[in-house]
Amino acid sequence: MSAASASEKAPRRIDEATSEPAWVRRLLIGIALAFLAVFLFVPLVAVFVEALKKGLDVYLAAISEPDAVSAIKLTLIAAGISVPLNLVFGVAAAWAIAKFDFRGKNVLLTLIDLPFSVSPVIAGLVFVLVFGLQGWFGEWLRDHDLKIIFALPGIVIATIFITFPFVARELIPLMQAQGNEQEEAARVLGAGGWQIFRRITLPNVKWALLYGVILCNARAMGEFGAVSVVSGHIRGQTNTMPLHIEILYNEYQFAAAFAVASLLAFLALVTLALKYWVERNAASRRQVAASVEAVPT
Amino acid sequence: MLLSRALLKRHSVLPGFDLALGFTLLYLSFFILVPLSAAFLKTFTMTWPAFWSAVSAPRVVASYKLTFGASFLAALVNAFFGLIVCWVLVRYDFFGKRFVDALVDLPFALPTAVAGIALTALYSGNGWIGRWLPFKVSFTPVGVWVALTFIGLPFVVRTLQPVLEDLQKEVEEAAAILGATRWQTFTRVILPILAPALLTGFALAFARAIGEYGSVIFIAGNLPMISEITPLLIITKLEQFDVPGATAIAVVMLVAAFLMLLAINALQAWTRARQGR
Repeated sequence: MSAASASEKAPRRIDEATSEPAWVRRLLIGIALAFLAVFLFVPLVAVFVEALKKGLDVYLAAISEPDAVSAIKLTLIAAGISVPLNLVFGVAAAWAIAKFDFRGKNVLLTLIDLPFSVSPVIAGLVFVLVFGLQGWFGEWLRDHDLKIIFALPGIVIATIFITFPFVARELIPLMQAQGNEQEEAARVLGAGGWQIFRRITLPNVKWALLYGVILCNARAMGEFGAVSVVSGHIRGQTNTMPLHIEILYNEYQFAAAFAVASLLAFLALVTLALKYWVERNAASRRQVAASVEAVPT
Repeated sequence: MLLSRALLKRHSVLPGFDLALGFTLLYLSFFILVPLSAAFLKTFTMTWPAFWSAVSAPRVVASYKLTFGASFLAALVNAFFGLIVCWVLVRYDFFGKRFVDALVDLPFALPTAVAGIALTALYSGNGWIGRWLPFKVSFTPVGVWVALTFIGLPFVVRTLQPVLEDLQKEVEEAAAILGATRWQTFTRVILPILAPALLTGFALAFARAIGEYGSVIFIAGNLPMISEITPLLIITKLEQFDVPGATAIAVVMLVAAFLMLLAINALQAWTRARQGR
């Protein structure tokens, strides 16, 4: 590049001053990729390789045997109940927090984050203390022949606890940033509350809402610690997919354990792909919005 | 009507405040606050000596040391490599960058039990990684550290990324013009700007690691006094029907978690102040 003209050289020199030499760049990229390969990529690949190690027949048998099917069903049911409930909560909390100015807002925000910092095991334990046989409502539940702990309701409640903040956490910052002008204009023009939400707010936040639901669902289907405490591990009845994996693994049925695990790993990959797609959509929308604003009228 | 009159600072033309906040508070109380308070109320029924002996037995103290020690080391390693990963993702272009960027979130999306058995298989004596290492990883405290490093990885990268993206090129140009070497610019200009976010990411990874259960129990081997983490000890006590003992340890962990939450909130406020928002 010694023959380059001065005008070409000038911007290059600035670039050199605020960037690193090529060997440093290569070294840093190498370190980062090696670290991610060892800690993320190899474990992910290992799940699928171990699952198919003994052949496709063993794989298909492992995911179609009755205990596995009932675990898959229970996981889908538990997520199917807890995710919509957390979705309704997330939208309500985001509406109150982002659209209104009220006392105690920061306390409420901290409380919504609380489940992030509580160990899943403790999340399960507290429901045993409330609904377990020796718990607050234990005797009353037994007298009325109701089961919460070691049954589906317990699994659903523990899952709700763990995935509680996801939808709200995605919506709140976005709705705060968008402000109230559009909703207020709609109100002045005579729109009702439900109309404002459906026509104005929902279209504005749909991508964040979708991502919140996706992430909430992935965590709901994969939750292990909290569900492990409240489920009772009854095979074919209260075993979710992660618990089924644990049992198979502890029985040294490694190929079967990894086969069921590969289904959840696939779900994780779909989640990541959707997240990527949602973010790209949001980014291109922002770019379009910026270019529209930049056009002189 | 009651909520809006008591709490709203400003009248708003938008409807739905009472309904939205009322539902939020009810849902929050039922699923989070009341159950958590049950843990604290349960320990009040214990005598002080019983509580103290439950939370300070040698086996329990050994589990605290392992849990907090391994979590701290894992968060430290994640802070170091997370900074490099984030730097590379924001500043450089290379083949497969988008794929790598998406992959960083894997520990958020992959169920912990799946991560647990995968890591155990990799690091066991004849596993893909374990066979090349001169020391044992699976079924030792090192295994606990490996699992906690895995699950804490995205926190540092995702906390740093927006801050590094917002960093004005001008400050680096100014430093270069004033005669700073690239290393000086990094340590004296860039790093101080990133510090609050880096510390927040570290704290988030640490807090997550303390409570982690699923990814650890497979690789840890769970030997009492050596590789037994505190959340597992809580489950062990529960399975032995020692509910008060389990609850007492849980309360210690909850207090630690709340302190971490306060520290993280303070750090995030500091990050925002640094960024001038």
